Amino acid sequence: MTVRVLLPRLLADCTGGRTSMSLDLPEDGTVRALLDVLAADHPVFDRRVRDETGALRRHVNVYVDGEEVRRLAGLVTPVPAGAEVMVVQSVAGG
Amino acid sequence: MATTLLAIGTRKGLWLATSEDRRDWSLSAPHFLMTEVPSIGIDTRDGRRRLMVGVRSEHFGPTVLHSDDLGETWDEPAGGAIGFPADTGAAVERIWQLQPDSADRPGVVWAGCEPISVWRSDDGGESFALCRGLWDHPHRSEWGAGYGGAAAHSVVPGPEGTVHVAMSTGGVYRTRDGGGSWQPRNSGISAYFMPGPAPEFGQCVHKIARDAADPRRLYAQNHHGVYRSDDDGDSWTSIADGLPSDFGFAMLADPRRGGRIWVVPLVADGERIPPGGELAVHRSDDAGANWRRLATGLPTHEYNAVLRDAAAVDAGDPVGVYVGTRGGEVYASADEGESFRTVASHLPDVLCVRAAVLP
Repeated sequence: MTVRVLLPRLLADCTGGRTSMSLDLPEDGTVRALLDVLAADHPVFDRRVRDETGALRRHVNVYVDGEEVRRLAGLVTPVPAGAEVMVVQSVAGG
Repeated sequence: MATTLLAIGTRKGLWLATSEDRRDWSLSAPHFLMTEVPSIGIDTRDGRRRLMVGVRSEHFGPTVLHSDDLGETWDEPAGGAIGFPADTGAAVERIWQLQPDSADRPGVVWAGCEPISVWRSDDGGESFALCRGLWDHPHRSEWGAGYGGAAAHSVVPGPEGTVHVAMSTGGVYRTRDGGGSWQPRNSGISAYFMPGPAPEFGQCVHKIARDAADPRRLYAQNHHGVYRSDDDGDSWTSIADGLPSDFGFAMLADPRRGGRIWVVPLVADGERIPPGGELAVHRSDDAGANWRRLATGLPTHEYNAVLRDAAAVDAGDPVGVYVGTRGGEVYASADEGESFRTVASHLPDVLCVRAAVLP
């Protein structure tokens, strides 16, 4: 299945300049599986959004069709066919 | 004289200053803008010009990058230079220290991190391995966190396999086998913030430095207390007499001359400003027996602190001294602290400065 991914402009230097792309995922895909697919081609991007334990960094948010995954099932939140997945930095900093 | 590089790490980026005479400086545009730079290492061993930085984004985490062309380009291994092994279940929060080892171990670079951990690189800082001996130390569960986080913030390599680290809170630990086993070395160092007599460990040692002439002699700026050890850290005695305060964060040792050290006193734990609101560096030429206040060229109206790594020396002759404030001012002395000039103003909070005369 294909999903649409929106990526933060701040990390465009880690994704070959791209801020959106379509990805192929298995039918039972999850946010973690989607990030694993991204990581294979963009390992530095992956380290920016997940730490070495695999956890999503505290100030990085992922939305699946407009719902923030921490309010769903976290990284095992299902990603349905045709979904739009948005990775974006949270409001933080000073 | 050769070019001197002064690297300035701040809350919002890295600035590089260069000078041919250490008096007139030219300042770069910011690198890593909006990213914290709490640690810098400049490696000039074997003719290298390698700059290493530990950067940290509030959003996107910490990483180590290096540059061999004075910041024109930066390299970062795709898999990251530093990261906890999976079995630890831990993640690096901040890289507090990047310290090249001695000239006779030219590939070795040490890192100190939050959570409290020490790391060793054998490839010039391109990849680091966790020192398991310290990570698995039975004291770990009793180490605490200072305001800035629980970190091994000072790594001071010595001869053969000796390395001293300082952590907040935990105090000084020493290895003599290159990082395999570690013992606390805090005898004589106060921990006034804990009840009872000073413990074996748990102190909040802010910074340590090693004497240039006698590698068994160390100096410490503690969370109240300034100390010297003449026995490789086995015992510490106060050298605070003659200073306006025994509080502060920085401790610098002259790389060319034994017995010469600098501190930057702040009033107290509860009043973290320069005494009298006037910034001054204090120097001892006799291992802490006597101190002299040096403030020529430093501001007489300064209410910002100098953090533990925001002071540094180069190895020039005479030695250069550098201090940066949380108010974003950076000062340089080309004459061992006798007089200072302003290198940069109105930067973000200065977290770290490092300087080297380039080969």
